[in-house]
Amino acid sequence: MRVVIAEDHALLRDGLTRLLEAFDFEVVATVDNGPMLLPTLLEWKPEVAVVDVRLPPTFTDEGLQAAIAARTEVPGMPILVLSQHVEPLYARELLGDRVGGVGYLLKDRVSNVAQFVDAVHQVAAGGTVMDPEVVARLLDRSRPLDVLTAREREVLGEMAAGRSNAAIAGKLFVTEKAVSKHINNIFTKLGLPPSDDDNRRVLAVLAYLNA
Amino acid sequence: METRDWIRDGLRAVADGALAIVLAAANLVLFVLFAAALVTTPVLGLGALLLPRVTRLVRVRADAGRRAAGRWGVPVATPYRPRPPSGGFPGWRPFRWVITDPATWRDFAWLLPGAAIGLVLGLGSLVIPLYGLQGILLIPLWIWLGTGWYGYGLNWPITSVSEGFLSLPQGALILAIGLAAAPHLRRVEALFAQLLLGPTRNAELRLRVTQLTVTRADTVDAQAAELRRIERDLHDGAQARLVSLGMTIGLAEEMVDRDPATARQLLAEAREASSTALVELRHLVRGIHPPVLAERGLDGAVRALALNLRIPTSVDSDLSGRLDTPVESAAYFAIAEALSNVTVHSGATFAYVSIKRTDDRLLMEVGDDGHGGADPSRGTGLRGIERRLAAFDGTMTLSSPPDGPTIVTMELPCALSSPRTTLSSGTD
Repeated sequence: MRVVIAEDHALLRDGLTRLLEAFDFEVVATVDNGPMLLPTLLEWKPEVAVVDVRLPPTFTDEGLQAAIAARTEVPGMPILVLSQHVEPLYARELLGDRVGGVGYLLKDRVSNVAQFVDAVHQVAAGGTVMDPEVVARLLDRSRPLDVLTAREREVLGEMAAGRSNAAIAGKLFVTEKAVSKHINNIFTKLGLPPSDDDNRRVLAVLAYLNA
Repeated sequence: METRDWIRDGLRAVADGALAIVLAAANLVLFVLFAAALVTTPVLGLGALLLPRVTRLVRVRADAGRRAAGRWGVPVATPYRPRPPSGGFPGWRPFRWVITDPATWRDFAWLLPGAAIGLVLGLGSLVIPLYGLQGILLIPLWIWLGTGWYGYGLNWPITSVSEGFLSLPQGALILAIGLAAAPHLRRVEALFAQLLLGPTRNAELRLRVTQLTVTRADTVDAQAAELRRIERDLHDGAQARLVSLGMTIGLAEEMVDRDPATARQLLAEAREASSTALVELRHLVRGIHPPVLAERGLDGAVRALALNLRIPTSVDSDLSGRLDTPVESAAYFAIAEALSNVTVHSGATFAYVSIKRTDDRLLMEVGDDGHGGADPSRGTGLRGIERRLAAFDGTMTLSSPPDGPTIVTMELPCALSSPRTTLSSGTD
């Protein structure tokens, strides 16, 4: 699978490259600054990109901006954004186009290599992976989600973190069937029309972020 | 040595007195010009153009008076309001700026009395020593021309050559008195100048507000920049290293069964990375607030700093007890910056730090035996020291002639709560 990596810190760039290559990704390009990122993404059209939020020269959020811009040009280009801190605000901006294939994770998550690689795969497959930290921060204040039961909120949180029904079932010690029922309830309560399941999941997560 | 200083002071005072006589004439000219500009103001609007220009001349003259007063131990601050930004209707802004500034009118009021005093005191400080000089130099003239035509001092007229010789001690005495009196006459003139040329209490407060506005803005800027620097250092340094560390360990974990050799190598890398991260954190902490400063105060922290320098550095400090934390920190970083300049730029083989505390001031000096030629406008270091100290009303002066030595003198008020509004003694 072809990957583009954008990370200004040489240590982390090399580490990520080594890590992804160890798991049979093909790192086709690495970028260490903001201005080069968008052209590189558009040129290579990678199957997934791993992008640091903060890049030179301004060290603000050019990584995020480039990711959003690239997804405007190529809708649904799978991009996993990494950052040393997560803001629900940024998550909302990333999901703003209501198409899946985005991830937003703390850089810390790379230390759990298996999970991180799994997240990259999910994003590449069009899923949505939100960092547990984002989810936790939203759970603290999810006011308009009051229509959901506590259990449904929990399931929604797991969905936002990019887990499959099976994974959620395992985590919450319920059957997969129960999870699927909860998810259907969530879709109904949030007024999400029946469509393909992946897209509804993204919309549910977005509803969750906007709550 | 003592006598030479005394004579030099006297001679300087006499020269200044002579200059004052010339400048008194300038005062008269300026007075006439200013009055003329003033009179023509309503008539043709011509004065509106003239007045700012004449005022500029008057201010040049007044500033010369202030500097002269400063030379004789009476510092007189400049009281003028800052020049307004140019633009708008030409002529109006400078005109309003000039006429609304009370200092303009006080300068005007000073011109005539200042001229009178300058003339009288200038003549006084000039004539007495000259008369004394005359007494000393007249003897050869008498010997040549004979007696009975002229007198000196107590002998009038002088009837014999022997009597003529008496003018020598008299002349010497009068010259001595003249030279001794001249600096005092200068001081009297300086005191009078201060009366009208110095800032009023109001102007003084205004100057103070201006100064505080500038230093406050500087301080806020410096602090914001400092916080940003710390954030960046953490983000790019320790935080990134820890992420990379986690990544390496995670990868090793994956590898441990499949490829134990690679896993072991990754773990060794991880250990290395963790100690690098710690070193970076330690440097960062030292840059924020050195632990030794917290533990031992300024004295101990500067001694610790001196031990770490590449060139031998002596520390002489009579501090007992602790200063207020903000002052302590400002003083420490000012000294640290000065010392780092020494090690980087001076080429010195020896440096010293001296810290003294008077009742309400902290005096610090950092010197070296390097090649000198330090220029505060070139580097940001010295400017940084100035800014750091200015936040506490502290000052920095630099003496760094070519070929050295370089001496940085820094002063900080210790008692933070006392407002310092006396730029010079006020006149209301």
